[in-house]
Amino acid sequence: MLIMFGVTNDRPLFIIALIIVEGGDILSTVLAFRGGVHPRHNKNTDVLPSIRLTDFSEVDIPLHQQIGPPCTCVVSPGDYVCVGQVIARSEHPMAVPIHSSVSGTVKEIHHVVSEIGEPIEAVRIESDGKFVDDPSVAPPVIESREDFIAAVRASGLVGLGGAAFPTHIKLNPPADKKPQFLLINAAECEPYITSDYRMMCENPDQIIDGILAVMKWIDIPRAIIGYEDNKPLVSRIFEHELEKRIFKTGECHDIRVHKMKTVYPQGAEKMFIYALTGRKVPPGKLPHDVHVTVLNVSTVRQIGLYLRTGMPLVRRRITLDGSALNIHGNFNVPIGARVRDIIESAGGLREDPTKVIMGGPMMGVALDSMDCGLIKANNAILVFGSKETRVPPESACIRCARCVMACPMLLQPAGIDQAARRKDIEMLTHFRVMDCIECGSCTYSCPAKRFINQSITDGKKLIRAEKERYASEQRLRTASQKASSGKEEQDGKSVPKE
Amino acid sequence: MKLQVSNSPHIRDKVTTASLMRDVAIALLPAAVASGFLFGIRAVMMIIVSVACCVLFEYLSRRIMKRENTILDFSAIVTGILLALNLPPTLPYYMIVLGALFAIVVVKQMFGGLGNNFVNPALAARIFLVIAFPTQMTHWTVREGAFSFFDSFLGKDLVSSATPLAMMRNTVADAASGATSSATIAAESSSLPSLLSLFLGQKGGCIGEVCILALLIGAAYLFVRKVIVPWIPLAYLGSFTILVLFFGHTPLLEAVRYRPLSLEAWQNAMYEPLFMLLTGGLMIGAFFMATDYVTSPVTRSGRIIFGIGCGIMTFLIRYYGNMAEGVSFSIILMNILTPHIDRMTLSKPFGERRAKKHASL
Repeated sequence: MLIMFGVTNDRPLFIIALIIVEGGDILSTVLAFRGGVHPRHNKNTDVLPSIRLTDFSEVDIPLHQQIGPPCTCVVSPGDYVCVGQVIARSEHPMAVPIHSSVSGTVKEIHHVVSEIGEPIEAVRIESDGKFVDDPSVAPPVIESREDFIAAVRASGLVGLGGAAFPTHIKLNPPADKKPQFLLINAAECEPYITSDYRMMCENPDQIIDGILAVMKWIDIPRAIIGYEDNKPLVSRIFEHELEKRIFKTGECHDIRVHKMKTVYPQGAEKMFIYALTGRKVPPGKLPHDVHVTVLNVSTVRQIGLYLRTGMPLVRRRITLDGSALNIHGNFNVPIGARVRDIIESAGGLREDPTKVIMGGPMMGVALDSMDCGLIKANNAILVFGSKETRVPPESACIRCARCVMACPMLLQPAGIDQAARRKDIEMLTHFRVMDCIECGSCTYSCPAKRFINQSITDGKKLIRAEKERYASEQRLRTASQKASSGKEEQDGKSVPKE
Repeated sequence: MKLQVSNSPHIRDKVTTASLMRDVAIALLPAAVASGFLFGIRAVMMIIVSVACCVLFEYLSRRIMKRENTILDFSAIVTGILLALNLPPTLPYYMIVLGALFAIVVVKQMFGGLGNNFVNPALAARIFLVIAFPTQMTHWTVREGAFSFFDSFLGKDLVSSATPLAMMRNTVADAASGATSSATIAAESSSLPSLLSLFLGQKGGCIGEVCILALLIGAAYLFVRKVIVPWIPLAYLGSFTILVLFFGHTPLLEAVRYRPLSLEAWQNAMYEPLFMLLTGGLMIGAFFMATDYVTSPVTRSGRIIFGIGCGIMTFLIRYYGNMAEGVSFSIILMNILTPHIDRMTLSKPFGERRAKKHASL
């Protein structure tokens, strides 16, 4: 515990700077959610420094990179664009603009299939290798909360932990849901991925800049950085960084660093909030309903970077790992760089890959082609050879309840699996399938190797389709009622209102 | 080059159905070995015949029903071992074959195979045999001079005997007709086998259920390997012990009423629960039969309810029923209630405060 007292020359007051950096041992083992699984960490790249990659001949920037609407392109083929220039935007309030990550000529705007199978547009830009910054790139002037939120939106920031939720919406909760805590998600619970950890090792100053900016402009009194205990240096890094700040500015901030138990999915938002604050987010509600704002540590660092330099989100750190790669590590790559080009630039393939995953092994998406461009929310590319990708055959469910014990949302995955295979919508609702966060713990722990996660996705689709069908039936019925009542009023009859 | 596209997660735990069943079979090895020592080579032959029949019947029935072969998931082997361990040492081999047929074909395969049986197959087969061949299924033998430690392990001949539970019933009946106080049951226990010989297996009973030491070693292995969780055994044995302690033949409150500080009174009171725990099929039932995945509830509270129900039923059958042994019936009865227990104990999702009266879309 570190308590520091400082007196500055121009202020006669005795300023107490209180920074508590806790190891959090006792708290971290008590405050954890029920359930979860323990896959092997495989954090093979956590001691390797990140490498900046720049030799890309072209990038293919997808125009739908967030939760919300896709953006429409505002440049045309043949235009010369610079790094940080806006190439796509949308008027929808949730949309954030997309910027060019290289300087060069726009070649074409074409239709591609995204990694989740969605047809979207993408802008192909041929790079001239110079990485010329756009002249409009300059640190923003922030004088009010609205300025800050507009600046965050203008930087094209979405949740960089994988969810891709637009950050400016998250930082603007309704007035009655004022957040009391800012939780910084540095858990990084997926195996293999170390990009957030390397960011904490290499850019802690920008992370603290971002945290302080959010705390100041959104008026959140306390911040807690939560990390899993398989990351050795985090508390010392932040302790050192916060000490430096105290000596420099003498200001008082309540930023704590909390160690948490390593269990998957500790980084899932609801589990993370519960482990750090003991508050449970009710199903269907958001974190600001329990007066908490959660930001990924990479997102908050991007805020800090943008406020300092004005460069929007055009590059990000990703982890490259897997048995089919020659070199593993963390690499700073431009948004939109093709997966194939990134792998080649980073060292190439050792063998023919059997599976390429965008994301972590528990929740990542398996790609069907290596030509898709990197999107903002991706934090890893895993390339596996045939040894690690044997899909074992499914067998009968033996009701061993390992999935029930593993589920962090306290659902019954075995029941959901059975109901989804039978397409039984009533049972699916009974088992509350819509509350599932699709973390994959159930499928990981199943000894019969059943594709429970797939059944859950199918079940959710069934329920959504049913809701849609019901809603459209209602609309049809209301419309036909209106039409028939209109006709009967013309005939002089009165129609009983339902 | 074609890339494999499958749904997340892309990694799996290394536990498989076969590895779980293998662990259960390994956990039953100490009991199998002990049965060989206590009842001779015939006990081991019974186990081998039972396992062979179960595997054969599973293969044949799957073949006849044109379904895929499942003998490699080890569950037939485990059913075979469990069935044999629940039979008396002198049962004719053809009855074992019939029992295997009932367990595998009728209870398991005809209901849909692994995961779909509605009661424990080994226990159902045992009940089938008890009802079909009551004399042979209640013919118990021990080695001559079985109550001496060394004699039971050195090949002496087997003689007929009663199980300790039957002996206890006689003692209780005598005590009741002799109009003596319940405290003398403990004193009468000199004619019953000692607690140590009960623990080691030097008593009459089914070949697998007698050696409690071997069963506990097996149960410890299952806990260490995380094959079973302790809720069902704890709830079963705990509720049973409490019921015996307070409502048995030497109720605790009565025994220590007038002399609460006397060690002897407490020891007298403890004798009966310990005796009841160490006799009959209770230990093998609590750790190996009641914890069978398919026929027990999936939630923690469901498992506790299941265990308490088994404990209550076993107590009622042993103390107020006509049979000396109640474990198999009580487990079967709770197996049948399992779907209802599951429905009752469906847990609320994380973060929900009030239970919804009806689920809406």
